[in-house]
Amino acid sequence: MSFLHDYVYYIGAFGLVAIGLLIILVKRNLIKLIIGLSILDTGVNMFLISVGYIRRGTAPIFSRPGLEPDGMVDPVPQALVLTAIVIGVAILALALALAVRFYKTYGTLDLRKAKELRW
Amino acid sequence: MRATVGLILLAVIGVGVGISLLAIPFGAPKTEIGDYYIENAREDTGATNVVTSVVVGYRAFDTLGEVTVLFVAALGLGAVLATAGGKRGRSGVEPASLILSAGNIFLFPLILLFGAYIFTHGHLTPGGGFQGGAVIASAFLLVYLSSPGKRINESGASLTESVSGLVFVAIGLLGLTHGTHYFLANFLPKGALNTLFSAGIIPVIYCAIGLKVGSELAGVVDNLMEETE
Amino acid sequence: MIIIVSLLVLAMLTAAVAALIYRDLLSAVIASCLVSLLASILFFFLQAPDVAMAEASIGAALVTAIFVIAIRRTKRYEE
Repeated sequence: MSFLHDYVYYIGAFGLVAIGLLIILVKRNLIKLIIGLSILDTGVNMFLISVGYIRRGTAPIFSRPGLEPDGMVDPVPQALVLTAIVIGVAILALALALAVRFYKTYGTLDLRKAKELRW
Repeated sequence: MRATVGLILLAVIGVGVGISLLAIPFGAPKTEIGDYYIENAREDTGATNVVTSVVVGYRAFDTLGEVTVLFVAALGLGAVLATAGGKRGRSGVEPASLILSAGNIFLFPLILLFGAYIFTHGHLTPGGGFQGGAVIASAFLLVYLSSPGKRINESGASLTESVSGLVFVAIGLLGLTHGTHYFLANFLPKGALNTLFSAGIIPVIYCAIGLKVGSELAGVVDNLMEETE
Repeated sequence: MIIIVSLLVLAMLTAAVAALIYRDLLSAVIASCLVSLLASILFFFLQAPDVAMAEASIGAALVTAIFVIAIRRTKRYEE
């Protein structure tokens, strides 16, 4: 129980990163690969936020008087992750546009069937 | 073969990452710069949301780069999807049900209003330009789903986007001549804490970011929905 | 509290595994949308409301819509 209390968010972040990597390494369908990329992205963001958490801390917003500055969670990882989420959606949209273009050229989404890209 | 190699690679990476994760304590304070921001953000920028004061106050130049990345990605998406034949409109889309099209008439202005609320109050409450822009883009997505024939006004969207981008850069350049003389320096009065007209240039920049992100993401959805067979 | 968080993490990982094993890409996209939604709830528990809003509005809504549009223009089933 104490282990779970300490590491449950790390387990979630690590699990998401592992599953995302597994999808990228094993699957061959392009859209499935991009889904794996999005899950990996969420996992990394989850890890950064859980590193910045301080036990019994409050959100870093002085929304009412009486909030103490020393009981707040770290704002720097949150600002970083805010950036990362927006960049993530830009990358996903560009990757999906490339996948649509790939389907138009080769008539398939399977990487094995594109002769020029075989490895 | 590929699955085996993948699993072996994953096991190696997983063991390494797991060991390094166990060495990072959960729930303990770690950085000193975070403490500095929390202590001084209210005096330095006038915003009560510390995350906002980091994103558009201390690291506003970083955010300008981020907005540029989003712009270049939207541009690249348009270039990848464009073909010589030009746009032909959307074919083979079923008309939406009555509930969706009637609900959209009622919900569209409310969602726009909510998005505008999120990015104008970014320095006071959770939220900001990026979240508000995404909410505005989802309002346009709802329009596309409910009436497939409708198109975004392209010249209006690109005008909004360029003007808001120019406002961001112009505010940054004004900081060179006014205030404390560096790029994106605050030159407007900071006002009283926890009021709407406070925090100097932060609400102006967040409004510009909100409009820019909203029109860009709506344009991305529009470009992807076009049939260019 | 810790039990609720553990159940949410478990549900999130289950949704991620579902996104891995579904052959129907539309179902996989909905599962990854569920991952983003549960992650945004966890971000809220980690005292990051800004990030929770961004993840819910961008990660869960817009990304799913973009995926669905792309699947409509390509193929639905993974062979």
